Amino acid sequence: MSPNRGDREAILGRVREALREEAPLKHPAERSAGGEPTTAHFREWLPPVGASIEERYALFAKLSESLRTELQLCADMAEVSAAIKKLAEEGAWKTIALHEGELTSALVPAFPAQLSPMVLSKGYDKDQLEACDAGLTECDLLVAQTGSVCVTSKSAGGRVLSVLPPHHIVVARKNQLVTDLSEAYASLASKYRDAYPSMISFITGPSRTGDIERILVLGAHGPKRLTVLLLP
Amino acid sequence: MSITAEPPRQQFQSDANRTSTDAPRRAAVRRALSNYQTARDRTGATFTDWKSARASAATIKHEAVNHLDRYLEEFEKKFSARGGKVFWASDSKQARDYILHLAKEKNVRSIVKSKAMTGEEIHLNQALLEEGYGVVESDLGEYIQQLKGEPPYHFVFPCMHLRRDEISDLFQRELGTEKTDSPEELTMIARRVLRRAYVEADMGISGGNFIVADTGMISITENEGNARLTVGLPKIHVALIGIEKVVPCLADLALFLPMLATAGTGQHLTGYNSMYGGPRQPGEIDGPDEFHVVFLDNHRTRLLADPEQRDALHCIRCGACLNVCPIFKNIGGHTYGTTYQGPIGSVITPHFRGLEDWKHLSGASSLCGACTETCPVGIDIHHHLLHNRRNAATQKPAPGEQFLWRAFSFLMKRPALYRLATKFAPLGGMLHPLVQGSPLDPVASWTATREFPAAPAGSFRARFRAHTAAKSAALKKGGVQ
Amino acid sequence: MRVTLFVPCFIDSLYPNVGMSMVHILERLGHTVDFPEEQTCCGQPPFNSGYWEEARSVAVKQLEAFKNAEVVISGSGSCGAMFKVFYPELFHGHPGEAEAKALSAKTWEFSEFLVTKLGVTDLGARFDGRATFHDGCHGLRELGTKQAPRELLRHVKGLELVEMSEAETCCGFGGTFAVKYPQISTAMAEVKCNSICETKADYVISNDSSCLMQIGGWLNRNVGSVKCLHLAEVLASR
Ligand code: SF4
Repeated sequence: MSPNRGDREAILGRVREALREEAPLKHPAERSAGGEPTTAHFREWLPPVGASIEERYALFAKLSESLRTELQLCADMAEVSAAIKKLAEEGAWKTIALHEGELTSALVPAFPAQLSPMVLSKGYDKDQLEACDAGLTECDLLVAQTGSVCVTSKSAGGRVLSVLPPHHIVVARKNQLVTDLSEAYASLASKYRDAYPSMISFITGPSRTGDIERILVLGAHGPKRLTVLLLP
Repeated sequence: MSITAEPPRQQFQSDANRTSTDAPRRAAVRRALSNYQTARDRTGATFTDWKSARASAATIKHEAVNHLDRYLEEFEKKFSARGGKVFWASDSKQARDYILHLAKEKNVRSIVKSKAMTGEEIHLNQALLEEGYGVVESDLGEYIQQLKGEPPYHFVFPCMHLRRDEISDLFQRELGTEKTDSPEELTMIARRVLRRAYVEADMGISGGNFIVADTGMISITENEGNARLTVGLPKIHVALIGIEKVVPCLADLALFLPMLATAGTGQHLTGYNSMYGGPRQPGEIDGPDEFHVVFLDNHRTRLLADPEQRDALHCIRCGACLNVCPIFKNIGGHTYGTTYQGPIGSVITPHFRGLEDWKHLSGASSLCGACTETCPVGIDIHHHLLHNRRNAATQKPAPGEQFLWRAFSFLMKRPALYRLATKFAPLGGMLHPLVQGSPLDPVASWTATREFPAAPAGSFRARFRAHTAAKSAALKKGGVQ
Repeated sequence: MRVTLFVPCFIDSLYPNVGMSMVHILERLGHTVDFPEEQTCCGQPPFNSGYWEEARSVAVKQLEAFKNAEVVISGSGSCGAMFKVFYPELFHGHPGEAEAKALSAKTWEFSEFLVTKLGVTDLGARFDGRATFHDGCHGLRELGTKQAPRELLRHVKGLELVEMSEAETCCGFGGTFAVKYPQISTAMAEVKCNSICETKADYVISNDSSCLMQIGGWLNRNVGSVKCLHLAEVLASR
């Protein structure tokens, strides 16, 4: 049976009919020296980042602070483990959810005894995940210009691990830090080719809302805290 | 309310009269928006060149909207290849019926919804509730409005008009919680209630901010994470999106996401910007088994057919034009009686719902242009209000008004007659007898709240003539040259 | 230079002083001021109400009246914007299109003409008092005039210029809007005037008399102490 596509042909017909007369372009993007429209170069107009890795990192750190992302530099995996242990003790965590990954899996053996891991695999129990104290994931990229963490359903254990538990911990390496969203998209494109994961998400700080009197409150539905543990 | 028995114009007039004199509400709205303005100015200033960024955004949307057929088909092809389903709905009913049918077919019981103005547009919640489905709005502001039984006040900030004590009272009444004046505690109350909704729902419904053609993705912008959960947990997902929301390439979002955030809330980027390319893919551990995208026309093609105003379809619904609009600030969102409030709503609603019934919105503007100045995609918003006024007057002139303007132009195109008339009475006095005592009487309308300027001794032309005469007399007398 | 004044209908009949101040300033600068008697109204009221045909019939007369002008100066940002921005649109595809474009090209808002075209900022004016400046929306957003009037006012001896927080917020006049939606219009005036009063200024100055009619109308009814002046009136005083 062919799928029900509704009024596909009628709508496309109306669209084509409507577009017979061209609309003026009122704000033409200026042309760059090479004659190309500047849409191809819109990066130039966005907030500047700086070319070196130090500048990128400085901006990411600054934005993390204003976003209330807890950014912590770790010299090695032992320091990452120690950081997680400290958080677990402070928060009296019982369970931490995570996905299988090069970094995440390596951390499990060093978890404190009272912290039990829930390793997500296909068909996990939603209630169980909801009850976890924290979620531990890797990520694809970090974005300096916006202070974002880019996760995908492939890199970060599916769609909700990075957003359902109240505390999200990301383990990443400094070389995952890219300049801006343009670079992030280019990098994702070369990494996944045509087989993009079914979700790409730029996470910018812990969950937040301003819906009540436009006053900022963290942890509206997603994590109240976001910790980025950064390896060299 | 968006559905009222009263004709839209009367409803607007009477609500505007009431709200524009409601000093406490106006103050609350202004206070809420002043935080926004500070943040927006600060973030906007970090752009190397906002104007050029805006021109780029306008150019990209122009390309997308003017080749809409091609991009929609491209999206459909890519999205379907990954197992997504696309349904094309001509109008509200067709979209509602599709979703209702789907819910029935899949034995859905409860539904969690993240913010979708298209849902408001087609009155989706009402239809689902009538059929016995539980529907919960998960965006905090939308949830509050749902509890209150009111449509959103602002399409980005749904409950910006409410003070915390009002929300606390509402929660106390509806949820039985304790009184609190802390926005944080109020947010946590909603968080507790809603987390169950995500886990239990078998269907998630969302809107979408962008339809990405080249990769076949839907992009959703939010701050709370509720959309992430809505699209992530239930086993069926439906995204209801207006057909105009297209961008050609995924990489274009590198421009649009920061601009939407800056204009919308003053953030560099909102909390979660997520692109979804279909249902769960092989090898992935979660995500819906079915992902439906419903393309909604609902008269968007009517607006598309008007090249003069086609750029109104470039709108990315950031809400900035509402936030700077002095009319919005003084009459508030509900007064409009529309799904899309504020300047952009006044432009597009007549196209969506009929010019004759909705032209008054285009009239209710001082045409100050603050909306156009702030719009991140460069829509000529306030000029389109003028275009709507012109189209309305051409389509169906208002008899009294047309007579007045004919009389006005009769006088003004006869300089001699105009001069003669100004000799005896100032301008207002000349035309006033035409309308005295009628609802069009400008003097009565003006003087109810404002003083009229005192009439001067003589007109400018009379004085200028005297001045020129005196000067040439002086010249003659002095014998200069 | 021969400078042709465009004195819109309501300035002609309600605010003749504004027009005369412009005449004095331009003459003092050594220019010849010309005022074609055939001019009446730019046609904005019917244009804004949607009656473009009626507006065009008035506008054609202005095209004729200013045909031979070298430069056209408007003391109202709003009427200036009508010539400069809206005439080309109003006449688009109609007879008079070329003339409308020509008029648009040679029309200047008063302060912009002084500062940008003539390069004058100090007119030797003296005016004692504390004042705040209101940006008329049409001047500000259609014509892009923001700094010129401030530049001129900064050179006025004795004048203390204080910015109000709502300088760029619409006063709520909007032509027929002010009488079609008087409640909304009045609420807007109230916001504007509260901001004016917060500055503790004795005067509110603007480059648009229509805004001043609205602001003055509200202030005189509710406050009484703050006076409205057109930029030209301040610049002409010694
Ligand atoms: S019209 Fe422009 S400013 Fe208004 S909501 Fe749309 S994009 Fe934003």
